[in-house]
Amino acid sequence: MRHRLQSVLVYAVLAVSAVLVLYPVYYAITASFMTQAEASAYPPKMFPGGLHFDNFLQVLHLVPIGRFILNSFIVSAVIMLGQLVTASLAAYAFSFISFKGKNALFAMFLSTMMIPWEVTVIPNYLTVKSWGWLDTYEGLIVPFLATAFGTFLLRQFFLQLPAGLFEAARIDGCGHLRCFTRIVLPLSRPALATLGVYSFLTHWNMYLWPLLVTNGEKMRTVQIGISMLQFEEMTSWNLVLAGITLAMLPSLLLLAAGIKQLVRGITAGAVKG
Amino acid sequence: MSVLEKDLGNLPDAAAVQARSGRRERKAVKWKEHLLGYLFLSPSLLLFGVFLFYPLLRSVYLSVHVTDPRGRIAAFVGMDNFAELLSGDKFYLSLKVTLQFTLLTAPGCILIALILAALTHSKLRGMKTFQFIFSLPIAISVSVGSIIWMLLYHPTAGNLNYFLQLLGASPVKWLSDPTWALLSVSAVTVWMNLGFNYIVLLSGLQAVPEDIYDSAKIDGAGPLRTFTALTLPLVSPTVFFVSIVSIINAFQTFGQIHILTKGGPVNTTNVIVYNIYRDAFVNFQFGTGSAQALVLFAVILILTVLQFRLFERKVHYQ
Repeated sequence: MRHRLQSVLVYAVLAVSAVLVLYPVYYAITASFMTQAEASAYPPKMFPGGLHFDNFLQVLHLVPIGRFILNSFIVSAVIMLGQLVTASLAAYAFSFISFKGKNALFAMFLSTMMIPWEVTVIPNYLTVKSWGWLDTYEGLIVPFLATAFGTFLLRQFFLQLPAGLFEAARIDGCGHLRCFTRIVLPLSRPALATLGVYSFLTHWNMYLWPLLVTNGEKMRTVQIGISMLQFEEMTSWNLVLAGITLAMLPSLLLLAAGIKQLVRGITAGAVKG
Repeated sequence: MSVLEKDLGNLPDAAAVQARSGRRERKAVKWKEHLLGYLFLSPSLLLFGVFLFYPLLRSVYLSVHVTDPRGRIAAFVGMDNFAELLSGDKFYLSLKVTLQFTLLTAPGCILIALILAALTHSKLRGMKTFQFIFSLPIAISVSVGSIIWMLLYHPTAGNLNYFLQLLGASPVKWLSDPTWALLSVSAVTVWMNLGFNYIVLLSGLQAVPEDIYDSAKIDGAGPLRTFTALTLPLVSPTVFFVSIVSIINAFQTFGQIHILTKGGPVNTTNVIVYNIYRDAFVNFQFGTGSAQALVLFAVILILTVLQFRLFERKVHYQ
């Protein structure tokens, strides 16, 4: 009896919290299907009268959201791939290659995690500007191609790989390059997936940097694009929210596909020092 | 090769030659290994050099100069930028706002995430769905989240005031009332950060081996006691990690302030980073902007070190 009461209580708390967490998302998605009259009705409507898909078509005409999403996709995907390459190379060196100054260099990598971006953003803006990279993909991508967090995460994973397997391969005359591409990378797929999902989501959601280095509509990322929408089209909330729904769709899908990886992988590197 | 080596080994001076060339070979291999190590690190090192270490030095350089309205270096001023910051009220005010914001967001969000993670970390039916729901805010970007809440917070047509009215309360000017603005922005932030905190804490809980709980059950400990006496100490490294990250993040908040309040009303939400943004990228005073950024860096560094000093001893590492 007491046990049952307990689980009813647990479900009640969870259900209330779930409603609170989901409500803003629910509101955005339902309102994006409403007509303008429904969306601005008072008292507010909880359900759309019908599925008005033309909101999405209209918002696509109004602002080039398709272009914004494409830009964000290119930027996040290239950064993700770049980070996977640079971080796995560096993590391999820190785990398996012996060279001079390894410990000092690793400490230096870790210390970069302490430098907050406010300190670097002004000089980086000036650098990117002086290279003529404002309003280009290079300006949006290149500063983020290396990651200390990712290197740390992968290093922790590499060090957990079975050492015996690795030694056998070395004795068989497998060089570092082969070991890296044929053994370590395939075995580390879970960790690489974790870093990939994390990196993609983080850079998909980037706000300040794209705000600073893009001016033209052509290079705008979706985060900046939709915050412009809010100022131009404040009157028709259904359209604003249709844009919002389009903008959050890709990351929601990615989360649904990658949540297992995230839950399993993120602490592996971050917590077990 | 080995046969040849043995044969050569029979001749004394040949052996010496062999040994010497072997040493040279080994030295070459070792040298090659060093080189390979640097080669593997070079992409990251190059990028860190250009976009982290150089900017750090350049910030120091900028902070002792003033810039003209177009952002170019105009004159060397020594420590004047810092002196000006530390003698005026504006900087302290934004530091105070930042501290208030941190206290309003970080502890509450961690506590909520921890409770939800503990409740959903069980074998009861439907937990996978709840896990997805509570992780969901990690996929909501700052701008998407802020705009949705901006509409919810709308003083006349927003849903929140409608709900308040249903409860019989009078409407609130969420974002334009100085007493409410920081609270409103904090609520949005707690909602947005919940996903990350929840995911990290849940995976921390999942790392605790099952059999520990079994023995607690045999000892007759109730769920609440098991949680406070057993689970909490075991996940304390994760809680510690989350609190460090949360506080650093709270100090670096920008997007929701930029979209929701622009630092107002009457500077009640003007956190330091927003102040830096205004000085540097609206007024093009890169000097004072950099000086503030460096002071902020120092504050974060001190806070992080303090956290390690004060709390890490209480963290239980297995």
